[in-house]
Amino acid sequence: MSLLRLSDISVTLRQRTVLERVSLEIGAGELVGLIGANGAGKTTLMRAALGLIPAQGDSSLAQMAPRARAKAAAWLPQAREVSWPVDVETLVTLGRIPHLGTGQPVGEMDRAAAERALDRMGLKELRARTVTRLSGGEQARVLIARVLAQETPLILADEPIAGLDPAHQISTMRIFRELAAEGHSVLVSIHDLGLAARHCTRLVLLGGHAKVADGVPRQVLTPDNLRDHFGICAHFEETAQGPIFQATEVVG
Amino acid sequence: MRLLGFGLTGLVVLLALISLVLGPAAIGPAESLYALFTDTGTPLTLVMREIRLPRMVLALGIGASLGLSGAAMQGYLRNPLADPGLIGVSASAALGAVLAIQTGIAAHFAFGLPLCALAGAVVGVSLVMLLAGPRGSSLTLILAGIAISSLAAAFTSLVLNLSPNPFAANEIVFWMMGSLSDRSMSHVWLALPLMVVGWALLGSLGRSLDALTLGEDAAEAMGIGLRRVRWQVVLGTAAAVGAATAVAGAIGFVGLVVPHILRPLVGARPGALLWASALGGAAMLLASDVAVRVVLPSGDLKLGVVTALVGAPLFLHLIYRTRREMA
Amino acid sequence: MTAKRILASILLGAVVAAAPGPSQAQEPDGAAPVRVVSMNLCTDQLAMLVAAPGQLLSVSYLAAQPRSSAMAEEAQNYVVNHGLAEEIYLLEPDLVIAGTFSTRATVAMLKRLDIPVAVLSPAYSLDEVRQRIIEMGEVLHRQEAAEGLAAEFDARLAALRDKVIRQPRAALFFANGYTSGDRTLAGQILSAAGFDNIADEVGLPSGGRMPLEVLAMADPEVLIRGSRYEGNSRSEEILDHPVVAKLREALPGAAVTDRDWVCGTPFVLRAIEELAETRRKLETSP
Repeated sequence: MSLLRLSDISVTLRQRTVLERVSLEIGAGELVGLIGANGAGKTTLMRAALGLIPAQGDSSLAQMAPRARAKAAAWLPQAREVSWPVDVETLVTLGRIPHLGTGQPVGEMDRAAAERALDRMGLKELRARTVTRLSGGEQARVLIARVLAQETPLILADEPIAGLDPAHQISTMRIFRELAAEGHSVLVSIHDLGLAARHCTRLVLLGGHAKVADGVPRQVLTPDNLRDHFGICAHFEETAQGPIFQATEVVG
Repeated sequence: MRLLGFGLTGLVVLLALISLVLGPAAIGPAESLYALFTDTGTPLTLVMREIRLPRMVLALGIGASLGLSGAAMQGYLRNPLADPGLIGVSASAALGAVLAIQTGIAAHFAFGLPLCALAGAVVGVSLVMLLAGPRGSSLTLILAGIAISSLAAAFTSLVLNLSPNPFAANEIVFWMMGSLSDRSMSHVWLALPLMVVGWALLGSLGRSLDALTLGEDAAEAMGIGLRRVRWQVVLGTAAAVGAATAVAGAIGFVGLVVPHILRPLVGARPGALLWASALGGAAMLLASDVAVRVVLPSGDLKLGVVTALVGAPLFLHLIYRTRREMA
Repeated sequence: MTAKRILASILLGAVVAAAPGPSQAQEPDGAAPVRVVSMNLCTDQLAMLVAAPGQLLSVSYLAAQPRSSAMAEEAQNYVVNHGLAEEIYLLEPDLVIAGTFSTRATVAMLKRLDIPVAVLSPAYSLDEVRQRIIEMGEVLHRQEAAEGLAAEFDARLAALRDKVIRQPRAALFFANGYTSGDRTLAGQILSAAGFDNIADEVGLPSGGRMPLEVLAMADPEVLIRGSRYEGNSRSEEILDHPVVAKLREALPGAAVTDRDWVCGTPFVLRAIEELAETRRKLETSP
């Protein structure tokens, strides 16, 4: 079953080509890492997929009505914006908005969904705390919990683990993997290639405004791709504890 | 939350009653309320029905409009400094109203006055939103507000000074500070319909404003139509503030003070803050209008004087708190 | 007058303008003034009544407006000024007559430019009207003319003060809800015409804002309201308030004609006459 189908997506922002004819399909049960150097167009691709910016080509999500789309895919923007000093539980419950009809109050099902999200992100202790007074990493986790509470088949997350401590980086990627195992799919843009190689079921590499590679980590993180699109060389090894990837040098 | 609702409603009812029984003509509370509901054939019934009742209803409606508009604009711009008075919406509505009176539109067509004030307010809100950008930083917001307020005030003064009527020039202070004295039921019928439209537009924004807590991108991805929300905020604020200003002049700070005080009590949720601020605004304006009558029973102390005395120090405090962001 | 002196007076302007109020009418001494400029609506009219032919050069623009001036036609024969120091100075007057409420800065500057300025206070009572006529005579060295005018004023006033059977209670009600009590000229006109004034009952002898509900509760027998000016204003809107409208429907009323009411000149007699007529009608009607 396809949760997202992009065909020939091209985006031009301020007369500058950002993406050219990118096609991508994500089925159920995948954790897809979107990688590429700064400015490769990762954020643009995800926003275009959601229909948040005008793009040429077809996106199965952008074609949907706003409300239906919000039930099909949740979006975690890179900017961690929390404008008002609401408590953690209230903020996570905001993820239920797409499921509420006009004037319909938050119900039992919504509270249960928020509860599951809090539980998953280990935030139950913090539920009554004011989000704006939490540390940056804690805020990031609360915002991820909001996306989880939306309980959509697909999650698009823009650098969700940036700024988290190592333990929470790993546990967050684990949670995404669990979601994938449950049949959801997650598309994350990510700079930490080590975590990407270890946790993602599939990597999509953007470079030169286009999709350069798409496949299991081993096929994407080739010495040639790393050199051409990241300017690095790296050590990559399959071990008993899973794949180990470590960038070693800057090249060129 | 329910407790807050009961508390605020009780406060509004209490203040409305005080407003009804308080006036320069010393009449007992029981006697005056009796005359309000029963036509006693005395001047007292006339006083109650044609002077005090409209004054109370207007204070209630205008206060609710200002509180609601303040909460809605703050929620939309995600900035606690957005107040219809401070950012120039009231001043531009006043300009519209003054133009309606001076050109004679108000005299020829009953709803000319509030509709012209609405038009002025639309220009004011649109300019603010244009200048302050989607997420207005405090600095641009306040600067835009100063520019728009000054310009609108200057035009208002110019129009009134150019008027052949010798009284017109003295009305500048009314349009800048606002007053509810000597209003009549006809003012209520003029302002109320438009205010109700404004309330309906702003009151249904709750969920969208809640979603906007997470930023425009996240809100839009949650199915919130931002374009529609923007129109609702612009038209709703313009209708509510325009109608209020047309009959009572520009009254500042209600939309700033009330949401600020109530925000912690509703858990900072912008949606819940809407109705709370409407009630709170009604209470604040009723209280201010009671205060002007207690302080200067026979004079015409402007309402804006009282609201500014309460609001301006709070405004300074808010600037002090947001100065890091403004620097 | 040298340019240096003008410059000096401009530089001094800020300091002197802040000095305490203008002096009273100056003592008549020396020759009679021959180039007189009046810059206040009320002194304009008194001056026109008292001055010798050719003595008065200019009156204020308000004196030429029929709405505010009882002598608008007469004023057409004079140069019109707007109370600005510059234009008055260029008229080369040997006497300027101003009112207490004329712009202080202008009066101060004219004095620094060595132009004699006589300042007359407004009249708050009919006695003071008489006094101002006499003062104007002194200022213009036309004592005889002034005394004649005053005598005529006295005689006509005495004739007007006929026996009053009953004093009806009247309310003066102007734009912005203002009223005038017994310590004002308008209040004196009202009582001279044989009315009791509501403003005195409610404690506003010097006049001021009378809240609508006070007006309604005072239950007057006659409503004398301010007349409207051209152009629109919300200040005058109160004259259409339902409460006022009901009183107007129910009560005999009269409108104030500003030109006869605002200044302490013999024209106040005309106002008294008209009001007394209203009262007589009230007395004869059941």
